[in-house]
Order: sequence, then structure tokens, then C-alpha cells
Amino acid sequence: MQLLKLIFKNAFRHRLRTFLTITGISIAILAFGLLRTVVNAWYAGVEASAANRLVSRNAISLVFPLPLSYKEKIRQIEGVTNVSYGNWFGGVYIDEKNFFANFAVEPKSYLELYPEFILPQDQKAILLRDRKGFAAGRKLVEKYKWKLGDTVVLKGTIFPGTWDFVLRGVYKGRDKSIDETQFFFHWDYLNESLKKSFPMRADQVGFYLIGIKNPNVAADVSEAVDRTFKNSLAETLTETEKAFQMSFISMSEAIVVAIQLVSFVVIIIIMAVMANTMAMSARERIAEYAVLKTLGFGGTYITALIFGESLFISSAGCIIGIILTFPAAKIFGDAMSQFFPIFNVSWNTVYLDVAASVVVGGASAIIPAYRAVSIRIAEGLRRIG
Amino acid sequence: MENKQPVIQIKNLCKSYRRGSQIIPVLENINLEIAQCEFLALMGPSGSGKSTLLNLIAGIDKADSGIINVAGTDINSLSETELAGWRAGHVGFIFQFYNLIPVLTAYENVELPLLLTGLSRKQRRAHVETALKIVNLSDRMDHYPGQLSGGQQQRVAIARAIVTDPAIVVADEPTGDLDRVSAEEVLELMERLVNELCKTIIMVTHDPRAAKKAHVIRHLDKGVLNATPQAYF
Repeated sequence: MQLLKLIFKNAFRHRLRTFLTITGISIAILAFGLLRTVVNAWYAGVEASAANRLVSRNAISLVFPLPLSYKEKIRQIEGVTNVSYGNWFGGVYIDEKNFFANFAVEPKSYLELYPEFILPQDQKAILLRDRKGFAAGRKLVEKYKWKLGDTVVLKGTIFPGTWDFVLRGVYKGRDKSIDETQFFFHWDYLNESLKKSFPMRADQVGFYLIGIKNPNVAADVSEAVDRTFKNSLAETLTETEKAFQMSFISMSEAIVVAIQLVSFVVIIIIMAVMANTMAMSARERIAEYAVLKTLGFGGTYITALIFGESLFISSAGCIIGIILTFPAAKIFGDAMSQFFPIFNVSWNTVYLDVAASVVVGGASAIIPAYRAVSIRIAEGLRRIG
Repeated sequence: MENKQPVIQIKNLCKSYRRGSQIIPVLENINLEIAQCEFLALMGPSGSGKSTLLNLIAGIDKADSGIINVAGTDINSLSETELAGWRAGHVGFIFQFYNLIPVLTAYENVELPLLLTGLSRKQRRAHVETALKIVNLSDRMDHYPGQLSGGQQQRVAIARAIVTDPAIVVADEPTGDLDRVSAEEVLELMERLVNELCKTIIMVTHDPRAAKKAHVIRHLDKGVLNATPQAYF
């Protein structure tokens, strides 16, 4: 009890110094937490991938299409339970800055493959009936203040023209890791228009989404799909949804690595600041430590005093930093929602924050504690006056 | 005085410090006996080795050779850990600059040495209150060192020195930072410790007025103790 009291009192002996150090640690933990959350947001699509879904695309490149006729052949492959398909539409809502993902999909099979998109049954029924209907995620609908029945116009980029859609469903994510900013509509609506305006582009899909019995057959089914279309005009490249998502991440891996490095550099910098604070505090108190040793207190007590103070300061900074991370992430996530549709502070990030503060607090106390314990009493007492 | 048993016996004590490759002798062949309930003053010019001798007697430094027998224990043969335990039970310390912990109250400062004992909180409180009563500071127990005068701080330090009821109290220039009135109060208090509580006090001082309060004065010069004790009682 006396030890804790002394640790607490020592920590606030130089209030300005302690306040500034705690502020520095709070900011560092906040920055660390936000950077880790950015990294997590980058991988959000990968994390949300299901192990029982495959994606099949043109083996040359994603920009080349596949024939619609592949659908039935894929369905007949052993291990396949469901097949859906779609195109990246790339439409623009009013202005290019209003970016969100929009797909033309076959909605019935798509929703069957993505049970994590929760759409009310009545809305689903209307959506499936209305060829111009579309469904959008809750966050997207809230952002643009759309209401069911509203007509939304997208300007086509890949598929030129002005496209009218009617909002028929608003889906919610099964949990916080699900993207609630998607916009998807009937592939048939796109295809029928293409048949009239660009017949050469009709009956072509950008990708197939394949549901499989269980994750263990993923490799066999992928191989079977690709073998089926080998030596055709449009060979396929089939992989798990996770691998498909990872192929996008790998394009920007250098940025992710840089962000991760910066997040750790922030911690190293604050460790240097904290170590300096503790070195100053311990140096000023060398005579007091000598007195404590004179009175019979051992090295363990003095080590506990210094480590306790260091950990107290770093923990205080950590707690404030963690508390600030949540509102800061909310503001950042809202502002950057078009780039990071899922921007949640994960428990792993909080655990890393705590671990970082323990490492900072512990490492900063090592040298001051060693000096305080190893100094001879007579030498320590000479530091007085 | 002659009839009293020596509580401290020092034989052929030598101490030197190493500065780089140089070995500087500080104490040379010191022989000294200090009786129980004796108030001894160690005097000498700066650098004569008196503080070093005090540190050796108190077990906060180690001699190169010789014997320091305190109350039947050769403290020069104890390990650092054993010495720490021995100091906690046998020696009280009074420093020139009081060396109180500034963030603790007078009460908490006096209580510090008792934390190493097995006493309950209630027992500790009784001991602390007694010690503060002896130094006449019962009404200041909740004051921080910064709220006390130099003389009062030194009296708190004396209370801390005696709270564990040690046989020996060592004092290094206890009046060196005090005005004349406060110094007189502190010296009178130390006299009371010897006369009423039978503490053995070894005091290092430059101040002849302070030394006059001691029963015996020994002079150190260049690490050598003068041959004849100068008795004042």
C-alpha cells in the first residue's frame, strides 16, 4: 500500500513533466491505434471473406469478361453448391467524389451466397421482382439520405449512359466486419441494355462467384473449374475469395508495410521520450534511493518504485489514448468512408496499444532502475545539496 | 564510562578508494572502541576520512581490511543483503540535509523504517507517535517536509532514526545546515537520546560547539585517528 502511494506521489512530483509525458504517450497511442486500424481496414475485405466461396475470373486479367454460358458448366462441377455472377459497374453518383462500390449481379443467387448481407424478406421479394431495383448497404443509404422507392441515377463509366435505379432494399451487415456501403442491382437490367446498345458486350460477365460444399474442396473445385475451360477462348483463374481479395491488397502492399513501420516508429519515439523522463526523475532522486537503501530497503523495492512509476505514467497515457482512439476512428472513418467502408477499432488493436504501453513503461525504467540499484549508498548520499 | 562495555570495536581498519589506476588511502589502521550510551564526536578537516569512518561503522560502506564489530557482529563480513537487514534493525541515521522524502508527510517519513518490520499498522502508529512525541513534533505529523523549518525537518529525521529503537545512531553533520537556535535544539535532543534512552551516538561534525555536547571527541587527520580521546564529561 505504502509502495503504491509512493509510486503515485512520485509520478506527480513534477506535474508539468508528467502531464506532458502522459499527453505524449496518449497521442502516440492514438496515432498507433489509428494507423493499426487503417491497416486493418485495408484487410477488411480479406477478413470478411468466406472460406466456402470461390471467385472465378478471366485468366488473362480481371478486365476481360467470361461468357455467361460458363454458369451451367460450373454448376455441374462436383462440390459446387451455388453459382452467381456479376460485373463491376463503376457507375458515378452525381459526382466522381461520391465513390462507392456498385455491381451488377444476379441478386437471388448473390444474396444466397452472401448470407451476411441481411435484407428484410419483403424488401428482398420486391427487389427480385423489379428489374430496375437495387439494394444498398445501410451506411450508404444513410450517407445519401435515400429512402425506399427513391430513384437513383448513376452515370456509367465502363458501360456508358445514364442508368436509373429504384431503391428496393437496404441491407445490414451480420456484424461490424461486413461492408455496408455496397450498391448492387440486377445484372439482367445491364445485359438487356447492352443487347440494345452494345450487343458485342452482352451475355458477358466480369466474374463468377462459386459456393462450395466445404472449404476442404476449394482447391479441387478451383482446379476443376479452370480445367473445364482450359484451351477455350476465355480461360479462367479460380481462387478462394480470400486469395482474390489478397491479390488486390498485394498491389498496395508497400503502402501497408510503410504504415505498419510508421506505427512502430511512433512507439519507438515515445519510448525515447518516456525513457528520458524516467532517467531525469531517477537521477534527481538518487539521494532518496540511497536513503531508502540506508534504511534497509533492498534493490527490489527501489526497482518496484521506478518500474511502478514508469508503468503508471505509460498506462495513464495508454488509457487516455485508447479512449480517444474510438471517437477519432469514428471521425476518420466517416470522413474516409469511400476508401475504408469498414473502419472499426478492433480488440487486437486495443491489446496492441496495451502491450505497447507496457513495453514503453518497462523498457524506460530498465536503465534508471539499474543505476539506482547499483549505485553505492555513500556515492548516492553525496549527491545531496 | 570506563565500566561500560564497548558496543563498537574497530581493529586495524583500512579503507582506500580507487580513482582510475590510482589507489587513494582514506583510513589507515584505525582502532577505536565506543561504549554503550556514549556520545562520540568525530572531528577533522575536510577529506580526513571521518564520513568514511562513519559510513563503515553504519554498514553503508565496506572496509578493505580490519574488523568492525558492532554489538557482537563483524559487519565487514556481512553480504550486502545481510547488511541491509542489519542496518534496518541496529542503526539510525541522521544526515546533514535531513534527507526526508519530500512527498511523504512527517508521519509517513518516520514510518518508513517500520515498513521493513513485521509490525501491524496499529503498532507502527504507536511507534511513530512515540518517536514524534520525543522530538516534540506530534502536532506536525501531517506536514510535508517543505512545510517545516530546517530544525523541524532535522527533528523529524531524528524521529525516523530512533523509531525502530536502534542501539546506534550515526549523525553526519546534523547541525551543518541549521541556524544556531535550531542547532542547539537538535543537539539537546541528541543529548536526551543518550542520557534518557541510552543510545550510542557517533556524530561527525566541523562545529566545535556541537562537538562539546559529546562525551568524547576523536580527531581524524589524513586518515589517521589521534591517539588520545578528548573527554568532556
